[in-house]
Amino acid sequence: MYRGQSGQWSWLLHRVTGLGVLLFLLVHIVDITLIGFGPQVYNESLQVFGNPVVRLVSLALIASVLYHAYNGVRVIIIDFWSAGYKYQRQMFYAVLALTILSFVPMAFFVIAPVFGVCPQGDCNAIPM
Amino acid sequence: MPAETSTRVVQVKVKRYQPDQSAKPFWQEYRVEAEGNDRLLDVLNKIKWEQDGTLTYRRSCAHGVCGSDAMRVNGRNRLACKLLVNDLGARISVEPMLGFPVIRDLVVDMDPFFAKYEKIKPYLINDEPEPRTERQQSPEQRERYDETTKCILCGACTGSCPSVWANAEWVGPASIVNAHRFIFDSRDRGGAERLQILSDRTGVWRCRTIFNCSEACPRGIPVTDAIEEVKRAIMYGTTDIA
Repeated sequence: MYRGQSGQWSWLLHRVTGLGVLLFLLVHIVDITLIGFGPQVYNESLQVFGNPVVRLVSLALIASVLYHAYNGVRVIIIDFWSAGYKYQRQMFYAVLALTILSFVPMAFFVIAPVFGVCPQGDCNAIPM
Repeated sequence: MPAETSTRVVQVKVKRYQPDQSAKPFWQEYRVEAEGNDRLLDVLNKIKWEQDGTLTYRRSCAHGVCGSDAMRVNGRNRLACKLLVNDLGARISVEPMLGFPVIRDLVVDMDPFFAKYEKIKPYLINDEPEPRTERQQSPEQRERYDETTKCILCGACTGSCPSVWANAEWVGPASIVNAHRFIFDSRDRGGAERLQILSDRTGVWRCRTIFNCSEACPRGIPVTDAIEEVKRAIMYGTTDIA
């Protein structure tokens, strides 16, 4: 393994989270397609997202989307702003901070029902 | 704090490849007495001259100018002649650079590297009639590409680049740095031709702004910045970019 610095890890994480989001897209296409079988099939199929393990996978998805989005903006800034490359490391730390800050409240809504806390009022509600 | 210059024993782990003996690379450890102010190249010389004459590596000027002794030291591409034992710790790992075919021990095949370098036409292109004096330019015009004149073609940037490891066809950072040196030279007229060469699928767009190259460059060239400038020149269709 080459001992690269933050730039290398930001890129690797971007790749991995990008793949993760792509995998979810396939799942998403399947679950959206089920609406063609009527509201009952669709609603029942969505119950899987209430499963605690699937909720954990949802957390990974949220973290992936957030990181990939913020780091994507970082890459765009490096590409278009001539001084951007000088601040790539600071921007990486900002990306991590923003990812964590946005992740915490979203994660709370997704995972709290597993512990009997129901921020949406109904513990069977599917996080949306 | 004054630099520690006392003699100490350093443990050097070298990733060796001796194709006439073994098809697989193997690690070999050497213990060497070295001064704190010795360079890694001095340590390798001591091994070669006093312990194991079969250890193979390139070196020429030994002063950071010729670019012969780029290798992976403690996991990062460095010139062995620009590293002090003081800065390396008591255990040093030395490997050939990634992304190059290994010929023997630390010696890698630079031919594909130089083929890509030649592809970007690394020489002045200007068919205009020769002026009576030198082709002049202002200090500002010279400053425009100053950083990329510093390249010594050691390959440290190219060998540190994951896009190079993944795709042997990719032109790589060193070639783009040398293209930049002429593209932004006010005396040169081959910019459009070079931008054309660098705009295809083996050109600048494979750079994913990973920054390993900038960190590895022993000359301190902001390599990623140079690549980004070439990207913007292609994108905006002009070298007149900020």
